[in-house]
Amino acid sequence: MNQNAFRLTLPILFGYLPLGMAFGVLFTTQLDYAWWVAPLMGLVIYAGSGQILAVSLLAASAGLLEVAVAMFVLNARHLFYGLSLLGQFRGAGWRKGYLIFGLTDETYSLLTSRPRTPDRQHEQAIDFRITLFNQLYWITGCAIGALLGELVAFDSTGIEFALVALFIVLTIEQYKALGNTFPLWAGALAAGLAMLLVPPAHQLIAAITLVTTTLLLHYWKLHKRTNGGEVSHG
Amino acid sequence: MAEQYYLAAFIAVSAGATFATRVVPFLFFERHTEHPLVKHIGRFLPAAVMALLAVIFLQRSANWSASAPGLDALVPGLLVVIIHLWRRNALLSIAAGTAAYMTIQQAGWLT
Repeated sequence: MNQNAFRLTLPILFGYLPLGMAFGVLFTTQLDYAWWVAPLMGLVIYAGSGQILAVSLLAASAGLLEVAVAMFVLNARHLFYGLSLLGQFRGAGWRKGYLIFGLTDETYSLLTSRPRTPDRQHEQAIDFRITLFNQLYWITGCAIGALLGELVAFDSTGIEFALVALFIVLTIEQYKALGNTFPLWAGALAAGLAMLLVPPAHQLIAAITLVTTTLLLHYWKLHKRTNGGEVSHG
Repeated sequence: MAEQYYLAAFIAVSAGATFATRVVPFLFFERHTEHPLVKHIGRFLPAAVMALLAVIFLQRSANWSASAPGLDALVPGLLVVIIHLWRRNALLSIAAGTAAYMTIQQAGWLT
């Protein structure tokens, strides 16, 4: 089971190590804190773009209210992720809190794309391992980057493309599982619109809000049609 | 000393705000797991989000001011699609695409 989870998370390893290192390098070169604060942030905050934003907020000694608002807005896309995992995490017991805490873009991608057996407890145990492995890669990356600072010889340039490749692969897998191209077009178009209309920092949340609204309208349309053809049950 | 308190408070606030974004759906929609709308979102949202993340991050990996705009990321991206449709082995597709992207970036091709 551990090998299985490790295999599934391997692309995340190649993405999270260099990105975590990038954060760590940024952290030690911009700030005067001890190196271990970087992996500590990976442990308790655990959000890629959020931690990078945190470096500039720390450098500016931002007020705590501002920090809370900025972090919430930056990560607001996660508000939608839980909606598709409500059933899957149900009854997960002690694991549930950690499964929710660790719900990054990449973990969400893996958890919603992998094939599942009806044995929910067993699947939740695998979900837990996947989440844990991913966070360990991230913390390790943060620690290495912060320790080595600018000494890191970066000829791993471009290795973070592993995450882009992962998203492409998972898009294909989602299509194969659903047999429906509608959500793919909706997602791609929402991304295109967001990239044209919104500055980079807000593109993800704009696109996810747009696509969720589209899905709501889609549901409403389907539902109206079904209800029209059905006998009312009172 | 004051600086250490600030750092501790900063990390606690950041962690709390980030966790809040992840936990809110579970706090407010837990009782509606079986609602057809929640099921509809649960069925279609992951595919839509995956396509959206692929498009946005692919665009960000590309150099759009090159003489062949965007090809430095679009070519490896297309390679991932082709290899994945051909062999359907996730690790192989990801490794091939990443290696192609790294080679293109490090050799300075398509710039």
